[in-house]
Amino acid sequence: MKTQYDIEGGNFSKAGFASSEVKRMLKQLNLDIKLIKRVVVAMYEGEVNIVVHAYHGTAEVDVSEKRIRILFTDRGPGIKDIDQAMQAGFSTATEKIREMGFGAGMGLPNIKAHADELNISSTPGKGTQVEIICYIKKDHQNT
Amino acid sequence: MTVKDVVKALNLTVYSGSDGLDKPVNGGYTSDLLSDVMGNASEGMAWITLQTHKNVMAIASLKDLSAVILVNNLQPLEDTQQYSNQEQIPIVGTTLSAFEISGRLHNLLNSS
Repeated sequence: MKTQYDIEGGNFSKAGFASSEVKRMLKQLNLDIKLIKRVVVAMYEGEVNIVVHAYHGTAEVDVSEKRIRILFTDRGPGIKDIDQAMQAGFSTATEKIREMGFGAGMGLPNIKAHADELNISSTPGKGTQVEIICYIKKDHQNT
Repeated sequence: MTVKDVVKALNLTVYSGSDGLDKPVNGGYTSDLLSDVMGNASEGMAWITLQTHKNVMAIASLKDLSAVILVNNLQPLEDTQQYSNQEQIPIVGTTLSAFEISGRLHNLLNSS
């Protein structure tokens, strides 16, 4: 089952909107609550990254029996050095955005900590693609 | 202990989301960094912060937090209050600093 959400760059008043839609959908599917919580953190951070850094993006959420896959694709400045972007505390966000409590350099590390897989590819000047996978089975085994 | 009990015990002001005052409070988290709260707070906690904008409520809702406590007499923006009413997650406030109110909430929850 696939659903797609549009994410508008720079529109902070709508940041988190797609994430709450995804949360609602996953709850309706009656998935394990711990799994939903992990997906929500990863989804929110991916969504906010597009709002903060890109011009426009989409989140494609695909739920199968085994896993939830979220693919963020944006048009934006891209990431020059992905290893550096993954470092906790590293951020290119503006002062204004930081004052709101965003841009603390914790977004990608949060995704990494809560998702089972995180794959990033980026073309500077064009955009970024972030793939997040959370396995459904693994959570059931844990509980 | 519910949000209402915390409001009474710590002499807090209720700004919005009063439909959620019966939510149980099982802990607290003090931070002004949104990703910190996203990554580390958990369901039922009261979030102590100085951030007053709408994104606070997006996080409170996504994380199923019990309440948002604004420090230093800060007041929520209008659209933040609307979001709080809609999600039935109260925004309450104090004149105290984050340090002071965190200490008092901690004591209160540990003694109940």
